Amino acid sequence: MDLRIAHLYPDLMNIYGDRGNVIALAQRAKWRGVEVEVRPYSIGEWAEPDWPDVWFFGGGQDQGQDIVGADLAGKSGAALRKSVEGGAAIFSVCGGYQLLGHEYVPETGPSIPGLGILDVTTRAGKRRFVGNLLVDSPDGQLVGFENHSGRTYLGPGAKPLGTVIAGNGNNGEDKTEGAVQGKVIGCYLHGSCLPKNPWLADRLLAWALDRRHKDAKLEPLDDVEEAAARAQASEVARTRT
Amino acid sequence: MPDALALIANAAGKLTREGLRATGRGATALPGLVALTLDPNFIGALAAELEYGVACVSGTNGKTTTARMLADISRTAGWNPIHNRSGSNLDRGVAAALLEHSSWSAEPQGNFGLFEIDEASLPSAVERLQPRVVVITNLFRDQMDRYFELDALAQKIGDALAALPASTTLVLNADDPLVANLAVRRDAKTIFFGVDDPDVGGVVPQAISDATRCPRCKAPLKYARVVLAHVGDWSCPSCGLTRPPRDVSATKVLLGPDSSEIALAGTVGGIFEPVRVPIPGLYNAYNALAALAAARALDLGLAEAIRALANFRPAFGRLETIEHRGRTLRLVLVKNPAGFNAAIGALLETGRTPRLLAALSDRDADGRDVSWIWDADFEALAPSVEHAVITGLRGRDLALRFKYAGLAKERIEVVDDWSAAIDRATTLAPEGGEVVVLATYTAMQALRAVLARAGAAVPFWED
Repeated sequence: MDLRIAHLYPDLMNIYGDRGNVIALAQRAKWRGVEVEVRPYSIGEWAEPDWPDVWFFGGGQDQGQDIVGADLAGKSGAALRKSVEGGAAIFSVCGGYQLLGHEYVPETGPSIPGLGILDVTTRAGKRRFVGNLLVDSPDGQLVGFENHSGRTYLGPGAKPLGTVIAGNGNNGEDKTEGAVQGKVIGCYLHGSCLPKNPWLADRLLAWALDRRHKDAKLEPLDDVEEAAARAQASEVARTRT
Repeated sequence: MPDALALIANAAGKLTREGLRATGRGATALPGLVALTLDPNFIGALAAELEYGVACVSGTNGKTTTARMLADISRTAGWNPIHNRSGSNLDRGVAAALLEHSSWSAEPQGNFGLFEIDEASLPSAVERLQPRVVVITNLFRDQMDRYFELDALAQKIGDALAALPASTTLVLNADDPLVANLAVRRDAKTIFFGVDDPDVGGVVPQAISDATRCPRCKAPLKYARVVLAHVGDWSCPSCGLTRPPRDVSATKVLLGPDSSEIALAGTVGGIFEPVRVPIPGLYNAYNALAALAAARALDLGLAEAIRALANFRPAFGRLETIEHRGRTLRLVLVKNPAGFNAAIGALLETGRTPRLLAALSDRDADGRDVSWIWDADFEALAPSVEHAVITGLRGRDLALRFKYAGLAKERIEVVDDWSAAIDRATTLAPEGGEVVVLATYTAMQALRAVLARAGAAVPFWED
């Protein structure tokens, strides 16, 4: 069995240590005997858009985000949309999450269109949300670190990933964090997110493997270290944020 | 003569300092905060009294070491520097250093101000200090919870430098495109330093995307050599921006286990004896080049400066060694991916298979977001690690990072208590052996405090 991971714009959208998400997906697949290949997809580097089973899309600087937004407005965006329709999964964080939504509305000037793969809209906020973020969901807690000034609001097509226990999440108002729509997930959890939240990593792996390997089973892993890191980070989020 | 407000701020700050020291505590920041609260222009008022002016040293990595090298060089030249030595480098640290070396009538007892400035504080600091020389070592991503984005930071620094008078000399790293481009905003004097040894660096860019785009036109940069992250022999194929000519250049860098040797050239003129840098690692060779370029900007003799460098001793957590229970502890301060990769590069190029004591914390001074460890190249380190004892407020995150980098479970051990962690790491090393201590800022402070109580180290505010 093999798994194909695509890292979207690793040269432009990787400033918050989000690379750990790719490492987590790859390792957790390898530890189960799955062969893994990771490929970068970036500007001028979009060969075989049908290749990936799962895409990772991280956060970047404003400048990087502008360049990426422009690239996604063309062929690359259409290819990504087609890939999701073909059953590929996406995990996106922060800037990547925002670019998958309908649009980003800055304080002044025209709004920047997104891909609309997620039914969410983001508006610029004045105060930046910086701190630990602890989220509850029916499938388990999620812990990470948020660092964003955008306020993201969900439309009816997307479901929140979870409910904020500590921190701000999507917009600091409605207690929601992240969005799920089909096999596409967006969130504001840096940390990196997936190593410390292995249940979410395994959900993405299951979705990804399902694309080309029907009835693939994921054996449980020994997640003692993951649980310990989660516990310590959750404690920090509850007491020091 | 400083004005009345500065006099009052000076006295209040000095009283705070006396009080803290009487209770046996290090006084690196609070007295300065007291003085700055009373007189926001306190540092400017006192700095204006300094005969040889002020040099500011900033940048993400290497500023403490570079500033300490420059302090030694200026002292060898007979100057009397006032220097915020301990690495407490926000405004209040600068104020505290001035307080420590001022009389009760606010006259500085020194003739040269040498201030290490946090890169986020640099714009306001240069405005107040009106420095004669500004040194910028490099700009990497560091503590994203505080500095946000690198491009925005470079923009702010560039604007602040552009507002300085033409009499200010900039000393800039030519190999860092973000830093080199800070010079295009002004027509005043600039001294560039860089490495021109074709054997230094590789062709494969490392996986840290701080700035692989042209700072002028945003097209992807081309690299003939990559030294570390975005530092190297760069050029922009699109707009033609290139690495500026180096005034202080290393044409050959010989790296040894405990020191390195640099063959120096460049437009400074004259061929000098090889420069001996008595601390290991390529990044310390860069720090030495920055210090020599700064000496040049201050019109200090280069031959003398080179002799001063040969006697240099490292600072708190910058590869200093401490003897403890028959083992050598080698302290390495780590705080961001680029610094971490440079430090482990220095360890591994000497063929070590390190026994580690690794400590990750998330206080303000460490960076509250520990995500950066996932961008650091633990995958390069893991295969060589003999054993890792892990501690710190976020030790569990660090243990997880080692696990995902492929370090075997039986080689990883988490010990939460600082003292117990030191004991365990020391016990695991053979008598006469070495433990490499990798720690973030406050974790290093905590470990050093334990070692000091055990009689092994000097408290950091006295070094």
